[in-house]
Amino acid sequence: MIIRRGPAAGLFLVMLAGVTALGAVPATAGEPTDGEAPKVELVLDSSGSMRAADIDGRSRMSVAQQSFDEVVDALPPETQLGIRALGSRVPNSASQALGCRDTQQISPVGPVNKPQAKASIATMRPTGWTPIGLALRAASHDLGTGETTRRIVLITDGEDTCGLPDPCDVARQLAAAGTHLVIDTLGLTLDARVRQQLTCIADATGGTYTAVQHQTQLTSRLNQLVRRAHDTYRQTPRQVGGAARCSAAPVLKPGVYADRERFAEHRWYRVAVSPGQELRASVSIALDRRLNPDYGVLLRAVSRTGQEIVRGTGADGGRTDVLSTGLRWSDQQAEDRQEASPEPSVSSASSDAAGDGMVCLVVSNSFSAPAGVQTNPGMPLELTVDVVSSSPAPGGPSLGRGWLLLLVLTGTGLVGGLVIGWLARWRVAVWKEN
Amino acid sequence: MRGITRHPLAGLAGLAGLAFLACLPMAGPAVADDTPSPSPSATVGTAGTSFLTATAVDPGQQVRVSASTGDYLYWSFDAAAGETDRLAITITLPTGASRHGPATWTVDVFDGLRRRQPCTAGSQTATAAAGAATLALHCLLRQVRTWADPWSDEPLPGTYYVRLSATGLPDQDLGLPVQTDLSITAKKGDAQPDNARLKAPLSPETDAGSTTAPQADSSAAPSAEAERTGHFWNRISWPSTRWWWTIGGGLLAALAGVGGYRLTRHPRRWFS
Repeated sequence: MIIRRGPAAGLFLVMLAGVTALGAVPATAGEPTDGEAPKVELVLDSSGSMRAADIDGRSRMSVAQQSFDEVVDALPPETQLGIRALGSRVPNSASQALGCRDTQQISPVGPVNKPQAKASIATMRPTGWTPIGLALRAASHDLGTGETTRRIVLITDGEDTCGLPDPCDVARQLAAAGTHLVIDTLGLTLDARVRQQLTCIADATGGTYTAVQHQTQLTSRLNQLVRRAHDTYRQTPRQVGGAARCSAAPVLKPGVYADRERFAEHRWYRVAVSPGQELRASVSIALDRRLNPDYGVLLRAVSRTGQEIVRGTGADGGRTDVLSTGLRWSDQQAEDRQEASPEPSVSSASSDAAGDGMVCLVVSNSFSAPAGVQTNPGMPLELTVDVVSSSPAPGGPSLGRGWLLLLVLTGTGLVGGLVIGWLARWRVAVWKEN
Repeated sequence: MRGITRHPLAGLAGLAGLAFLACLPMAGPAVADDTPSPSPSATVGTAGTSFLTATAVDPGQQVRVSASTGDYLYWSFDAAAGETDRLAITITLPTGASRHGPATWTVDVFDGLRRRQPCTAGSQTATAAAGAATLALHCLLRQVRTWADPWSDEPLPGTYYVRLSATGLPDQDLGLPVQTDLSITAKKGDAQPDNARLKAPLSPETDAGSTTAPQADSSAAPSAEAERTGHFWNRISWPSTRWWWTIGGGLLAALAGVGGYRLTRHPRRWFS
């Protein structure tokens, strides 16, 4: 394996030894945990339209209930699952103002009491309005704030019937609020407007959209999403705020960072790179809203004096989720200087950069959006920074290869043998004469 | 003086030379042989949704994931210097009745720094007609190099990301179930350039970072001792086929030298 895991593996072994010595293995032992469990909330539409019997000949509600039961049964023990319903109490006949505030927590986010959760799922009846935006906000509140990823799974058969707040804007605001939140959506109908709304919500948070046509499909997809939360919830980047110029930029250590960048904005960061070290940085910007079709992202490393050292560019067009690029840089002139002579060499961009060990990184983009698309908050930006020891340029080869080499060596050997032989014969002849 | 060309010695040298010559034709292609790594039994059934959550896959391992049309599926694999990797993807599309038009799928490959890597051969993008049941994508990557200029984006040892996505399709077809099969085969080869090594593979940091105050920065410098021990082995650059060629050349030269010497001692035995 080429992944560096020496110290980590050693640490793990030590931990393992410790755990075995204790005799009992707690369920969460061995993981570098901060104590948080994976948190998922299922949000189920319980509006009147869920009565429609068009999935495998059964009503949408009964299909969803059966799938929920199966998901609760197959739940990984560590996962904390919550369930929320929208439109489950106020009937359609009541006033819109009342119906659009109707969202109810069926089962709180926490270790699941399976019989109790299933009993509360069974009591849900298709009833009222569809306040999706409000339900998403409430679900995000249920999940709370923390360092790890939170997932919301939204299952609905209709678009938001309440208008405001627009669920897509709500999703983008929630994703930008600081907690890493992903919303996966499942549509129980193939209606075009529902699909548009649900794909918009999913794209805004890096989630997925699925059109459900069968009960088994719903169950397997829900299980997949819940398992995914279990597998990946810890990998949350650290929030950082890039500055408008280099001198005020935050100094980053190796790791993964998250930020937001608006259209035509430049964001600066700084990294300390000493001689003999190589800077590696990569950036990706997620396309979380409707954009004009061609776009690019530019990552540049700039010295303190404003000289560009190296750049990475990424450009694309059409349907995609992120646009990314990266760069490597090491001060090779500094290495040459160290090896050759201690005299100061001609000042260049790279020696400027090495001067105080600080390299500035600037991220810019060339996105644009059609009129009517919100530009605030900015688009999600993920920055990876690493500093490793640099790899010097290789010298020329010191060994040979190929048939010509063999021919030359053999020829040389033959000539050498002949010369030595003739010399020996000549010496023997001289010796005999004497 | 006759004792110099003792027969057993000459015979031994001759044998060694012959053995080497017999080996040579193998030494070349043997390293460029198609040797897919032994396939691990477990089939991978998941895919990530971003670079950070990409599912790690070993070359030779089978991957089968059911997903929704429109999902972005991420996998990652490790490649060593000298490897040439080939991706083969089969997408089982939803039944024709539920689809509304042709669907275009694309596989993209990124290196550990998330820089897009080109495919040198294979259909990286393919379009399935509305009635087609499956779609096949292929991508042959460039050979991984041992070292590259920091300014270039040549493939280096480390992590590679595979992203599979539907890049063009009617909006009505979003969210329909698909099944994707991925297999990665790695072909070993002679790593170039010979006597170079990348000190740290291009495997990205995945832990959350931390910021420091501008003055309090002294990120760990590479230890001098590790530098020194690494230096010798860098020079030697073992294993390289150049070693075999050079050693073989030396043997042949010795053999030819002995032969030439004998030629001058007993010319009549050779030419009469």
